[in-house]
Amino acid sequence: MSKIHVTTKINGDPVEYLCEPDETLLDVLRDKLGMTGSKEGCGTGDCGACSVTVNGRLVCSCLVLGAEAEGTEIGTIEGMAQGEALHPLQQKFIEHAALQCGICTPGILVAAKSLLENNPDPTEEETRYWLAGNLCRCTGYDKIIRAVLDAAADMREAS
Amino acid sequence: MRYLAPTTLEDAVHMLAEDPGDCRVLAGGTDLLVRLRSGHAEPDSILDIKRINALREITGEEGGWRIGAAVSGAEMREHEGLCADWPGVVEAASLIGSTQIQGRCTIAGNLCNASPAADSVPAMVAAGAVARIAGPNGTRDVAVEDVPQGPGKTCLEKDEFVASIFLPARPEKSGDAYLRFIPRTEMDIAVVGCAVSLTLSDDGTCTAARVSLGAVAPTVILVPEAAAALEGTKVDDGALEALANACTKAANPIADKRGTVEFRTHVAGVLARRAANIALTRAGG
Repeated sequence: MSKIHVTTKINGDPVEYLCEPDETLLDVLRDKLGMTGSKEGCGTGDCGACSVTVNGRLVCSCLVLGAEAEGTEIGTIEGMAQGEALHPLQQKFIEHAALQCGICTPGILVAAKSLLENNPDPTEEETRYWLAGNLCRCTGYDKIIRAVLDAAADMREAS
Repeated sequence: MRYLAPTTLEDAVHMLAEDPGDCRVLAGGTDLLVRLRSGHAEPDSILDIKRINALREITGEEGGWRIGAAVSGAEMREHEGLCADWPGVVEAASLIGSTQIQGRCTIAGNLCNASPAADSVPAMVAAGAVARIAGPNGTRDVAVEDVPQGPGKTCLEKDEFVASIFLPARPEKSGDAYLRFIPRTEMDIAVVGCAVSLTLSDDGTCTAARVSLGAVAPTVILVPEAAAALEGTKVDDGALEALANACTKAANPIADKRGTVEFRTHVAGVLARRAANIALTRAGG
């Protein structure tokens, strides 16, 4: 099996890697690049713990081949905070205690960021539908939704 | 396994035809990658069609829309012209999976996966959509309802793939709608799906209709008897009753954990009636 050379951008930085043809982007991120923020929950696109953006589009990285990333721009949870400064969503998740075990949290943050980029003023219903592909078995979702809506309000005010 | 990523349709056709082993076409990958991982598919090659620009576009053609096989559900929903002309097709495609899945999944893939419960397929069938199939002998156009041949089976030859889906020009005073029943509000597989597309005359008489059901037979089915129940009527209560009866009669479902035969049969009629009402409103009736 010959490896594939891929040139891409991750969180704005140029990245090159070699991957197997059947290796997923999630495996590349975690095992080849040491970016373990994206989690593997189900591996079948149901849980959203591996959420990343590819060319700005929210996807499950477990359902993308590493080879498909050639020439694209990838956004992961590692690109969310700017140095020590947390993204407003991250800050609000802490304030609202919108996480417990934390496995789903990176995926939900990436998905919520994508939501607010598309729709800075989502309703609660729109937020719940947008995040329906991110499963959390701890929180019961309510604190997550409140944190996202609170972050959205703050971000609107700041902009 | 080999990963092939041609940039032209001609190269894709050639690569698929020349591949000696099991070569699978990759569009959105939301079915194929799951199958790879579970070991249900162990192809020798994967042919990624997403680098073929022509297959990534929605283009106007003869008053209708041609949707490339690599266009995602999210891209369809963002296309104003398509949403205005075929809201039922777009709403059906939008029901597939989560936001993340929408970023990748395609209606061509939904068709080729050939699940009887595929959400976008009844809507395409009701819309009179045509699949353009590419192969070494050129392209051929096949009505969407003739593509699935059974669960997981299509009419495609080994060296063929769906390059695009064509939605015809929408006549004046027309509307389409898709509804499915699932036991929750989101992220599930249809227990029953039903799509209705209809056209009205100036006096509100239904002049043409197409009705399709999903998840009540080995493939998505076109139900001409249901369409006949609407045609020539004002889509009044009597016509809707006849429509529901025709759909219930056409349903030949299995019983499984999602629903019994009796339930699915009944729901086919209920959804048909409701979808027809939405299509009627959209047609301006």
